[in-house]
Amino acid sequence: MSRYSFASLVRHGVMGHRGWKPVWRDPEPKSSYDAIIVGGGGHGLASAYYLAKNHHLNNVAVLEKGWLGGGNTGRNTTIVRSNYLLDANARFYEHGMKLWEGLSRDLNFNVMFSQRGVLNLAHSKGQLETFRRRGNAMRLNGIDAELLNRGDVAALVPGMDLSGNARFPIEGGLLQPRGGTARHDAVAWGYARAADRRGVDIIQNCEVTGIRRDRTGVTGVETSRGFIASKRIGLAVAGHSTQLAAMAGVRLPIESHVLQAMVSEPVKPVLDTVVTFGAAHLYVSQSDKGELVMGGDIDGYNSFAQRGNLPVIEHVAACLLALFPQFSRLRILRTWGGIMDMTMDGSPIIGTTPVPGLFLNGGWCYGGFKATPASGWVFAHTMATGQPHSLNADLNLDRFRQGRVLDEKGAGPYPWAH
Amino acid sequence: MLLIHCPHCGPRAQTEFSYGGDANVARPPAPEETDDRTWTDYLYLRDNAKGSHAELWQHIFGCRRWLRLHRDVVSHEITSCSDLPRPRTGNGS
Amino acid sequence: MSLGSFRLDSGGLIDRGRKISFTFDDRIYHGYHGDTLASALLANGVRLVGRSFKYHRPRGIYGLGSEEPNALVRLRQGARAEPNIRATQIELYDGLVAHSQNNWPSLRWDISSTLGLFSRFLPAGFYYKTFMWPGKFWPYYENFIRHMAGMGRSPEAPDPDRYEKRHGNCDVLIIGGGPAGLAAALSAAKGGALVWLADEGARLGGRCLGDGNETVRETIATLASLENVTVLRRTTVFGKYDDHLYGLLEHTGDHLASPARGMPRQRLWHLRTKQAVLASGAIERPLVFANNDRPGVMLTTAVLHYLRAYAVRSGKRAVINTSNDSAYRAAQILAAHGIEIAAIVDHRPGTKRRDMPGVEILPGHAVIDTSGGRDLTGVTIARLAGNGDTVRGSERRLDCDLLCLSGGFTPCVHLYSQAGGKLTYRQDIQSLVPQSDVPGMLVVGAAAGEFGGDEFAGGEAAMGRPISLSKSRRKQFIDLQNDVTAADVELAAREGYRSVEHVKRYTTLGMGTDQGKTSNLNGIAALASALDKPLADVGITTYRPPYTPVTIGALAGREIGVFLAPTRRTPMQDCHEKAGAVFTPAGLWQRPHYYPRPGETATDAVNREVLAVRRNVAVVDVSTLGRIDLHGPDVVEFLDRIYINGFNTLAVGMCRYGVMLRDDGMIFDDGTVARMSETQFIMTTTTANAGPVMAHLEYYLQVVWPELRVHLTSITDQWAVAAVAGPRSRDLLDSLDSSIAFASQAMPHMAWRAGHIGGIPAQVFRISFSGELAYEIAVPADHGHALWELLLATGGGFDVIPYGTEALTTLRTEKGHFVMGPEADGRATPGDMGLRAMLSAKKDFVGRRSLRLPGLAPAGRLNLVGLIPVDGGSSIPAGGILLQSQVAGPLPDKAGHVTTSVFSASLDKPIALAMVRDGRQRLGEELWAHSPLDGRIIAVTITDPVFIDPKGERLRA
Ligand SMILES: Cc1cc2nc3c(=O)[nH]c(=O)nc-3n(C[C@H](O)[C@H](O)[C@H](O)COP(=O)(O)OP(=O)(O)OC[C@H]3O[C@@H](n4cnc5c(N)ncnc54)[C@H](O)[C@@H]3O)c2cc1C
Ligand SMILES: [Zn+2]
Repeated sequence: MSRYSFASLVRHGVMGHRGWKPVWRDPEPKSSYDAIIVGGGGHGLASAYYLAKNHHLNNVAVLEKGWLGGGNTGRNTTIVRSNYLLDANARFYEHGMKLWEGLSRDLNFNVMFSQRGVLNLAHSKGQLETFRRRGNAMRLNGIDAELLNRGDVAALVPGMDLSGNARFPIEGGLLQPRGGTARHDAVAWGYARAADRRGVDIIQNCEVTGIRRDRTGVTGVETSRGFIASKRIGLAVAGHSTQLAAMAGVRLPIESHVLQAMVSEPVKPVLDTVVTFGAAHLYVSQSDKGELVMGGDIDGYNSFAQRGNLPVIEHVAACLLALFPQFSRLRILRTWGGIMDMTMDGSPIIGTTPVPGLFLNGGWCYGGFKATPASGWVFAHTMATGQPHSLNADLNLDRFRQGRVLDEKGAGPYPWAH
Repeated sequence: MLLIHCPHCGPRAQTEFSYGGDANVARPPAPEETDDRTWTDYLYLRDNAKGSHAELWQHIFGCRRWLRLHRDVVSHEITSCSDLPRPRTGNGS
Repeated sequence: MSLGSFRLDSGGLIDRGRKISFTFDDRIYHGYHGDTLASALLANGVRLVGRSFKYHRPRGIYGLGSEEPNALVRLRQGARAEPNIRATQIELYDGLVAHSQNNWPSLRWDISSTLGLFSRFLPAGFYYKTFMWPGKFWPYYENFIRHMAGMGRSPEAPDPDRYEKRHGNCDVLIIGGGPAGLAAALSAAKGGALVWLADEGARLGGRCLGDGNETVRETIATLASLENVTVLRRTTVFGKYDDHLYGLLEHTGDHLASPARGMPRQRLWHLRTKQAVLASGAIERPLVFANNDRPGVMLTTAVLHYLRAYAVRSGKRAVINTSNDSAYRAAQILAAHGIEIAAIVDHRPGTKRRDMPGVEILPGHAVIDTSGGRDLTGVTIARLAGNGDTVRGSERRLDCDLLCLSGGFTPCVHLYSQAGGKLTYRQDIQSLVPQSDVPGMLVVGAAAGEFGGDEFAGGEAAMGRPISLSKSRRKQFIDLQNDVTAADVELAAREGYRSVEHVKRYTTLGMGTDQGKTSNLNGIAALASALDKPLADVGITTYRPPYTPVTIGALAGREIGVFLAPTRRTPMQDCHEKAGAVFTPAGLWQRPHYYPRPGETATDAVNREVLAVRRNVAVVDVSTLGRIDLHGPDVVEFLDRIYINGFNTLAVGMCRYGVMLRDDGMIFDDGTVARMSETQFIMTTTTANAGPVMAHLEYYLQVVWPELRVHLTSITDQWAVAAVAGPRSRDLLDSLDSSIAFASQAMPHMAWRAGHIGGIPAQVFRISFSGELAYEIAVPADHGHALWELLLATGGGFDVIPYGTEALTTLRTEKGHFVMGPEADGRATPGDMGLRAMLSAKKDFVGRRSLRLPGLAPAGRLNLVGLIPVDGGSSIPAGGILLQSQVAGPLPDKAGHVTTSVFSASLDKPIALAMVRDGRQRLGEELWAHSPLDGRIIAVTITDPVFIDPKGERLRA
């Protein structure tokens, strides 16, 4: 497989691009593997890549029921940040941020990671004080953070309405300059190509329908393409974690909810920062293609339908205009939804399960895209060694039994509240 | 947008209601006598059924009753919506 | 060609009596009322109207409606300017101003079109393969990519127009006003149903527009006369949502220079129907060959439409390239209106059509290339071989200025798909059509693949498949808007992006503002050839709402500006405004933050207000606190189960402070409960939690303990409440005309009394948040204003002043009271706040069981403490993190954090509250408060959180 570079692009261009080879093979599943990862989203693919790269486990398969990246990896609003308050989350996501910073070159695939800054807006002194605590905690965890006053915000985001006539006037904000966005599909494709290169079998159109186990632990998976044996199985199926875990008899502190996202028609650059509204739920950025990419709250009730309803879309539109009244005449081009694991404390779960050999990577709520590299990194470690990495030690399933939840928002055991 | 047939107020838009989650989660009647496992099961674990789901909704912009719905979480079709079971007598002080 | 010669002398649905002038790219043109911008441009011989997204290729008008991929313009000017509007859907009005977009310096001479020269190095997804070195250059590359991408420019000023939302209900919603929709509407209406019919266009009739069809005309007239029928023109049904709710966008003002007085520009309908009939018709499919994108290349139905509806000839000499019979009838109509038909090039080898005398018909041929610069001048044709996708023999050139494409018809099934319907491939019409009905939606007419009549009969040729021109590098466009070519699709397949979704994402096929209405099926066909699979096995990408783009302003409706959310006002709000208060948001309320006097800084004002409470008397508006009335024989039992402390000993006439938890053991809210009678209680909640606490109580009452006989009523809005605080508060109240005895013996701390004050009926609660002698006076909301004025009347010589929430914060910090948010942040237990003594051992309560979980055990948890600066004078950074040492190493262990930091005017020094790990055992220890955000590190001493009057003598005074 050829390396990507400007030179290779020119060389192939001269030959009419007829020489490019498939980015990944399309292998038949083998009868057994040293490790199986269920779910060909970013997390599954990254885990396979790091299993091969960091732990020299190459006899690995990723089983995907549809097409690679077709789950939330290909549906999210692509915000990447590590601006967390709680140490366990902050350190985990910051490890991810560092991986993001070298990811295109590591994968030899441009994931278009754009560190344009993530700005959280504050609308009262109280809110700014809450940000102050988070920003200070971030800085002490080695994460970049800046507290902005109203003037700073105006300078950073020129088009924003700071007139003070708004319903929720802006007081300032917390900025993580290294935060930003990335190209979601490219993350799945880049990891898939790099994992394939290291011998990982990426098998699409292969749905896992059962998990076999005996007294010692898991023994393999039933799939739409037959039984495949393995004593090490990792689940990375986003909104379907509970379904898969139930196949092995494990109940999880997770509910599935639908989160919608939307894009406007493409326009020339108007917004260079990722902005989140502090008075209601909205996050917006502009894609490299020119579309405004937006999202808000989950629809708010259990759902396995990859589509949502109008109220959230209308609310997101209203919030957008609260910040940028001039976008009123732009138009929403597409809306869609993804099914997400919402955990009981809003933080993810990566680690072992009560069933030996079965590992769980799930519960990503609104924020798993940014976690992709770090999640793959620590999940590979956990699967290879049977022990959590120091970075996911606190993100275990057992925390719910212990009462050691990681409730970043302090919203309590209501999955739809996080 | 869902249309919820409140037994008290008639068919109303979902935006009048607030969601209360899995209706089959029962609070242990004597919490102090339960072990950690049973208690945290109640607090945190959910079946998250894919299919028909029994769930609670409160009609906050209407009669304020908590209602029990059966809704298919794939098609979103609501098959029933009713009041909660009548109180058992004898427990009050 | 002289101007104006494209318009026929008669015919069309335009009003020739109403001539209209408009400008395009600053040139003045004329058209007629009833024209669209597209028809008027064509009538004026304007062929070049835009530039494509990626290669900046010259493009003209291509289609007739919402499927238009090319002719996107910037419409209007100034604050009403809007990008990316399809010229085909703009109704002409006098003075209309439109500009082309995505070009510089001009539409004709667009520098970026030189990109085409390098296009061989810019295949689909090229950016994934390069721009990676050196890493720090990526922001520059990205900046360049961003500026090349995008289409039009965003407006820069707030929208002067208004949008409106309405709700509707009907029995039958008909989507589409073509022949099938009209027929369906009529039959439903005759059955007595309440029928709504919506159509995108300004006129009903669909594909029969302007063809003189009598049935259609009569049906439209009949429908207009029926009372049970509502017709919405210029209205797009853009989405199907749960329980048969449809989203409709009505363009009430877009056909005018500005919306009529009192009218919105657009109206968003939420329409709930029992049954929908999808009669959205079908869109003609282009054919794919080299350079199939020049101005002058058009869909045949579009050419027909401009001719019949607007009396506009889209060209003078046309070549028709088809793969089905419908184009023959079109050719006749074109010819009849004076468009010369150079040839009919038919992909099907076997076609027997010979019904156009004098017209050359070329069966088994295809157009394989076009020539011309910014305008079409001719086409190259060749005989087809093999499967109809390779070329045999010599090529031939035909001169023409118009190329009509007809590759069959694609049913518009978007809404059916949104409703969960599955599609199936029909070979005879080479299209994906609805497989079976979905509940509540019937698909009829062309949308169902029923094209009817010979007009739409299909053929056997490989419609829409790109013709393989093995060595050709010439571009064969599939998606005109996004410049996706057949080679791009092949490349994607070659590289392993084989699922249709991968192809779409890798090449951006179908992701333009037209959502691939003319390109999706051709893309699938191209992929099928590349993979050598039957088209039916390739699958299809999902249709995502909306059907056509929906204005953000319309989605927001009236929820803009200050109406984004309601603003709650207390009954005393205008008093605060008059007093010059600076406000701060508290949920939906705006509360007075402080009341500055002329020349005073915020700090001055707050200090003055604090000292007034500590030394004299001052008043604060606390009407925002939640108030809940609890009534019934089981209230005490209920309160005992809800609060961590007991209530059975609370006597009538007395109040008690209480803390409630969530079931996970975390503090949820706090407030006071007053016993009004044996069976009636009034609970107060924090401002932010008024709603959530009510819902919480209702949950436990209705779901968990339905046997308890308690009735709840939220009474927040019924009362206005002012707190009078300070050592002279009793004197102030005593000075007023009141039936209540305020003396301590008559009304001790935590008592409440009813009576009147200054003639106003009142309930007075002797409770204190500031730690001073204080009374909360609640009066019916209507009297709030009067009460406030009465208390602040300067007459009695008390020099009473109002104070705001900032002084309140200082006062409660001095007293070491935690609040929800900074201290009780949803992760704090009663033990953390030093409230273990309050936990009743005698009863169970919500959250109690969780307190025994290992993670909630006291050791190692954060405790509420006070902090003072070691140097006595430095302010303690709010939001600071507490560390053991002055130097923060990498990933330091945190001892805690500063939650609230104030300057205590009463003590004349900075103080703070903090949450510190095992803090209560560490009183007197020193820590460092780090605030890297502002570069401050301050040494602090841990103290008891109560800084003033720890024994509570002042409030009991
Ligand atoms: C609308 C939206 C916006 C979001 N915005 C952001 C954001 O801005 N920033 C951010 O960080 N995160 C965001 N997220 C969250 C983020 O997208 C996800 O957390 C993340 O992509 C999860 O990746 P994954 O690999 O775990 O899951 P997925 O990409 O969903 O992959 C899981 C895969 O498992 C497959 N699968 C499921 N069941 C089976 C089975 N039985 N057998 C085989 N395969 C199976 C699925 O087909 C799927 O491909 C957003 C999510 C949504 C829905
Ligand atoms: Zn009701």
